Amino acid sequence: MRNIVRHRLFWPVVTLAALLALNVIVEHDFFAIRLQDGHLFGSVIDILRNGAPTLLVALGMTLVIATRGIDLSVGAIVAICGALACSMIAASPTPGSVGTVLIAVGAALVLAIVLGLWNGLLVSVLGIQPIIATLILMTAGRGLAMLITEGQIITVSSAPYKVIGGGYWLTMPASILIAGVMFALTALLTRKTALGILIESVGINPEASRLAGVRSRSILWTVYIFSAFCAGVAGLMISSNVTAADANNAGLWIELDAILAVVLGGTSLAGGRYSLIGTLIGAFVIQTLTTTVYTVGIAPEITLVFKALVVIAVCLLQSPAMQARVRNARRRRALQKQGTDAAGAPAVSPASLTNEGAAS
Amino acid sequence: MSSQAASPVSRADERFRALRRLIPGSRYVSVLVTLGLLIAMFIAGSARYRGFASGQVVLNLFVDNAFLIVLAVGTTFVIVTGGIDLSIGSVVALSTMIAASLLRAGWPPLVVIAIVLLAGSTLGLLVGLVIHYFDIQPFIATLAAMFFARGLCYVISLDAISISDPFFVAMAQTRIPVGGGMQITPSVIIAVLAVIVAFVVLHYTRMGRTVYAIGNGGQSAMLMGLPVTRTKILVYVISGFCAALGGVLFTFYTLSGYSLTAVGMELDAIAAVVIGGTILTGGSGYVLGSVLGVLVLGLIQTIISFEGTLSSWWTKIVIGALLLIFVVLQRLFIARRR
Repeated sequence: MRNIVRHRLFWPVVTLAALLALNVIVEHDFFAIRLQDGHLFGSVIDILRNGAPTLLVALGMTLVIATRGIDLSVGAIVAICGALACSMIAASPTPGSVGTVLIAVGAALVLAIVLGLWNGLLVSVLGIQPIIATLILMTAGRGLAMLITEGQIITVSSAPYKVIGGGYWLTMPASILIAGVMFALTALLTRKTALGILIESVGINPEASRLAGVRSRSILWTVYIFSAFCAGVAGLMISSNVTAADANNAGLWIELDAILAVVLGGTSLAGGRYSLIGTLIGAFVIQTLTTTVYTVGIAPEITLVFKALVVIAVCLLQSPAMQARVRNARRRRALQKQGTDAAGAPAVSPASLTNEGAAS
Repeated sequence: MSSQAASPVSRADERFRALRRLIPGSRYVSVLVTLGLLIAMFIAGSARYRGFASGQVVLNLFVDNAFLIVLAVGTTFVIVTGGIDLSIGSVVALSTMIAASLLRAGWPPLVVIAIVLLAGSTLGLLVGLVIHYFDIQPFIATLAAMFFARGLCYVISLDAISISDPFFVAMAQTRIPVGGGMQITPSVIIAVLAVIVAFVVLHYTRMGRTVYAIGNGGQSAMLMGLPVTRTKILVYVISGFCAALGGVLFTFYTLSGYSLTAVGMELDAIAAVVIGGTILTGGSGYVLGSVLGVLVLGLIQTIISFEGTLSSWWTKIVIGALLLIFVVLQRLFIARRR
């Protein structure tokens, strides 16, 4: 039992379960999923679909954070990729053809990779701290997106493009499938090969891992490219879902949601260890929280207050300082009990107790 | 770096250090670069646009950015300790909302300002306590504070509230002549006072030196017997206070409270601090440098508005490019001496 409570995913799972339970209490058929015209509908499906872009961005963010980095530019990359894809489709004479959409999607993803290369260059070659290196693109990126859209909100009417974020495939929303496949591939690639351990070793100590023969520079570069790529796909999803590219508001604050998802999932910002399942749970906690606020009937803008409270609560419960304090209190109580039970036995000296307290 | 002092230093490195000591004020390189850039931009602007080279244009930099100067000053303290405060933009918005709603309810303006400042400082205190006692990264703790403050704005009101209180209107409209037909607002005086106080505190007091010591390594500061806990929490109180004060000045500037205002202002403040020569890993930075950073950002906007044909999004691109240049500069010149 204690092992379960101590597990680092315990509190995130409890939070998610509590939020889902609250939804069921308010809306009894919350878990009902119905099939209509060959498409799945339901509240849970909505949570999954709306959470897909955040999950994707968080997926890339997890690996970046595992190397003790952070990528603040993902929101800007979301905006840039959406802007490029939409403006290419809108400018082409045949916006509805699959070929046009494929070219636009390809170009947007290549651009995302280029932006990831740029971040990786600043972090791994020039050795700039990740938070600043990506702040540069975060600041300039939305300006670049505005440059692509020329300050307009570009709307596209293209059936194939709509599929990415708003369409269905095999009765499931396509965005859930895309996010799911990317997640599974990442999990396989990093956990079934040595890549995951290499990433973690770079996060623990880049210099030591380099001396041990790990190519830390290429690994750093790879995770930033991957993060930008994930953000690019999320950008396509978001712009496709609303069939428009909004350089100012697309993906606004998604970097913060993604970082929150990663942290809620038990990955420390100090790097060196990560949990993809944790990120999955974290992303769904955030999305479920948003949905819960809607179902309970609170003004959606106030979501932010709840988000802040949940984040602080989960972070406090997970924090090593808090856990040490709880453990200490429990141990002290046990020791006191022992002292009174076994009278005559050498009692625990008060000095050792205070020492333990001070050491933690 | 004290842990490495005992390790043998190579002779070439030693010679390099001696050479560096010969260059006067090499500590100030990045601040001087910022100052040079500011002057160069002003000269370029004067050469290009008619009516640019006037004292009023310079003073308007202060008038239009008084709130940002105060914010950047508070952020400097946090960043010098190696922390970060993402909540200040939201605290500015919350301050405008608290001020506007209380004034609408008929509270006296000075009491309202006191409450706003108290609210900002309290939020900063809470953030500091959470960061220190629960060992939560500043990034996450202030991110939560950012969401919290922004959410509270919506709790107060979903719509913008305009302010018609005579004191606030007077503060917004008063122009103080400074000779030569030039004028400033009362906000500028408040901002300059804040800068002076911050300058003295950070550079000439025991507390200020503790701030630098924490940025250079909390462990060694603790071993030196400095009040690390108190100071570490205090910088977030200072940042929260400055954010609230910036919010009050912003309220003077806009005469309204609005939940969506000041979005991303924390990034402007951080950018100004970085451009002003403060290193984000902490331990090095100057209050006056941050002020110069704000003026550079303000001058970019002035030039873009003088140019007329350039769209406003160029501001963001130019700020991003400047950030890049300064960060690379820091890397080359004043990267941590190892």
